[in-house]
Amino acid sequence: MFENLSAKLDAAIRRISGEARLTEENISEALREVRRALLDADVNFQVTRKFVDDVQKKALGRNVVASVTPGQMIVKIIYDELVELMGNNLAEIKMAPAGPTIIMMCGLQGSGKTTHSAKLASYFKGKGRQPFLVAADTYRPAAIDQLKTLGEQIGVPVFNLEGETPVTIAERSVVEAKRLGKDVIIIDTAGRLTIDEAMMEEVAKIKDRTRPNEILFVVDAMIGQDAVTTAKAFNDRLNFDGVILTKLDGDTRGGAALSIRSVVEKPIKFIGVGEKMEALELFYPDRMASRILGMGDVVSLVEKAQQQYDEAEARKLEEKFRKNQFTLEDFYQQLQQIKKMGSIRDLLGMLPGMDKAMKGVEVDDKAMGRLEAMITSMTKEERDKPEIINASRRKRIASGSGTTIQDVNRLLKQFDEMRKMMRQLSGGGMGRMAGMAAKGLMGRKR
Amino acid sequence: MGLFDKLKNKVKEAIEETKTSIRETVDNLRYDRLKEGLAKTREGLAEKIGVAARQGRKIDDALLDELEESLIMADVGADTTIQISDRLRDRVKAEGFKEASDLSRLLREEISALLKRSPSADNDRLFNIPEEKRPHVIMVVGVNGVGKTTTIGKLAYNYRNAGLKVLIGAADTFRAAANEQLEVWAERAGVEIIGQGQGADPAAVAFDTLQAAVSRGADVVIIDTAGRLHTKSNLMQELQKMSRVMKKIREHAPDEVFLVLDATTGQNAIQQAKEFTRAVEVTGLVLTKLDGTAKGGVVIAIANELSMPVRYIGVGERIDDLQPFNVDEFAEALFAFEETEEVKEG
Repeated sequence: MFENLSAKLDAAIRRISGEARLTEENISEALREVRRALLDADVNFQVTRKFVDDVQKKALGRNVVASVTPGQMIVKIIYDELVELMGNNLAEIKMAPAGPTIIMMCGLQGSGKTTHSAKLASYFKGKGRQPFLVAADTYRPAAIDQLKTLGEQIGVPVFNLEGETPVTIAERSVVEAKRLGKDVIIIDTAGRLTIDEAMMEEVAKIKDRTRPNEILFVVDAMIGQDAVTTAKAFNDRLNFDGVILTKLDGDTRGGAALSIRSVVEKPIKFIGVGEKMEALELFYPDRMASRILGMGDVVSLVEKAQQQYDEAEARKLEEKFRKNQFTLEDFYQQLQQIKKMGSIRDLLGMLPGMDKAMKGVEVDDKAMGRLEAMITSMTKEERDKPEIINASRRKRIASGSGTTIQDVNRLLKQFDEMRKMMRQLSGGGMGRMAGMAAKGLMGRKR
Repeated sequence: MGLFDKLKNKVKEAIEETKTSIRETVDNLRYDRLKEGLAKTREGLAEKIGVAARQGRKIDDALLDELEESLIMADVGADTTIQISDRLRDRVKAEGFKEASDLSRLLREEISALLKRSPSADNDRLFNIPEEKRPHVIMVVGVNGVGKTTTIGKLAYNYRNAGLKVLIGAADTFRAAANEQLEVWAERAGVEIIGQGQGADPAAVAFDTLQAAVSRGADVVIIDTAGRLHTKSNLMQELQKMSRVMKKIREHAPDEVFLVLDATTGQNAIQQAKEFTRAVEVTGLVLTKLDGTAKGGVVIAIANELSMPVRYIGVGERIDDLQPFNVDEFAEALFAFEETEEVKEG
């Protein structure tokens, strides 16, 4: 997969490096790589083609700024273009001016409608609203039980009428919600294939009868080339208002976001990032753009890191992460490098997924001074094998660095956790990310 | 030979004939469902080339590009598409083909050859389970929403129809009401089910099920598991635990681990297969929802790029719409387009 698109692009452009201008000839190879990257991310073929054409038009004739490589330059253009494409609409739920707001969920089977109906209810409850869930999926065995269980979990009532049709259930739910004084009605409908005429007819009927303020199309972020056809079919029928992109906690690149956005021109309003009821987030086009390209905010990160980092050293470091030989000495070297680049928090924020991985880990720029003092107060042996640091050594380090034993304990514990995290990152499914993190930090020498 | 023997032979022959014809009818029906389920993919994948052939177009770069485009649009994936189209370009050059109709045939040959080379080609022994290997334990895994529970219902139906006694273990103890959904399917398939309810330890359910299967003399055990994204390492470990616990009763368990993939999934399907197999060795794939998508091409990508066989494909919502994946039939159904069109025109 594309761990670093700009590296590929650089390789494609290497032959013509030294040219100061992007021309049709010298970027054609690079654009082929862009096309491939987008297709690998499951962006629709036609959307990809149009997108690459647009990028080409924008890139032609541009001067390559001295401080970046042509590859980076193109990535930057692509990235900006992606963000613009996915994000020029304000993506909020339209609330009813008076009376309850009605939200209808629709989508294919298995996209996550029932779960996200409940998540949405929980979201509104958190905002002080009075949500009301409606179980109108009478087809899938036990779908109603599932919604009821979820409703119980989050403390939101679930409406259902046994033996009635989905249309009737939806219609009556509105009356019932009004009677109970509920102000947000969320209707969960059955999953349906767009080729199933009777089912599409039914969902259109639910729309007619309930007049929802907001129709949300729920779609699995892992969907492939079919995203466009499916979104279009639902949109033609229902003219939906927005999209919930689910299962983004996996490692899909989520090219569907771009495809759907450019074909039906409806905003993505929420993303689903986990199985817990709180795992619903607002959509950020810039993060999605990074993800589709398979990288973090590499552009600015690379720019920053480039002047500071030595490639060979970075590779050594990556190797150490993998083999779990990362020592306090390395950590100290790292700190020195990072210091040259600016605030740690900002740097971490640029790495894909890092902001989430670092949640709860306090990053304080001032604490760095203390860390440095403590590490420099250690002997070489202690830095290489932190396990040998016993109570008396801790005491010595603390007094040597003007900190407390608690501070030393914390450092050792954090270091241990960091090692564990790095090992996990480079070993498990997130290996790509760790590689990216390390590579992002290393930059490249021109 | 006496008259009596002759008569007896005649009757025997008649019985055999009837049997064969019943088998053929069933096979034909199944093939028709497959063809129907692949209708959209066929349109996407073969329509362009089919139309070009009927228009009498010649092979040129534009046509080859169009073909490449339709492959990618059908989720065949960039790698496999390039592989196929390179082969086509080489063969066109080397063997001097000129007509679009030749290209259509070449495409069919290439896809068919690719599928035949793949591990999916050996699917005819799915229901042949040796006596000493029973109960044969199948664990079914996959990400959320791919249709695992439904698949298990249909799998159970398949094995029961093959004359085997099936027991289902409801070890998706996470998703609300997963048990209830599975119970409905078990009833439809006419098989028994073992479960403990939401929040129970899935490994314990697996253990119980296997124990029950041994004492009840079941031939096939199918274990449902909760949907999980392949990036969650703790959930992947849970699968390992289930597999470990079952080994305590039967050393060979699980005999099979089926990974269920949604055919509408794009290139992430490949990723899923790779990650799941790191946790528990996936021995076969089940591809669901092929009927709802024009992108059945992902079957080709998967068969080509992964070292694991596609065992079953889902081509509809009926209980008998999960079929063993037969590469010959699949290739045939994928290109059944031209014949049906000609019939329509004629």
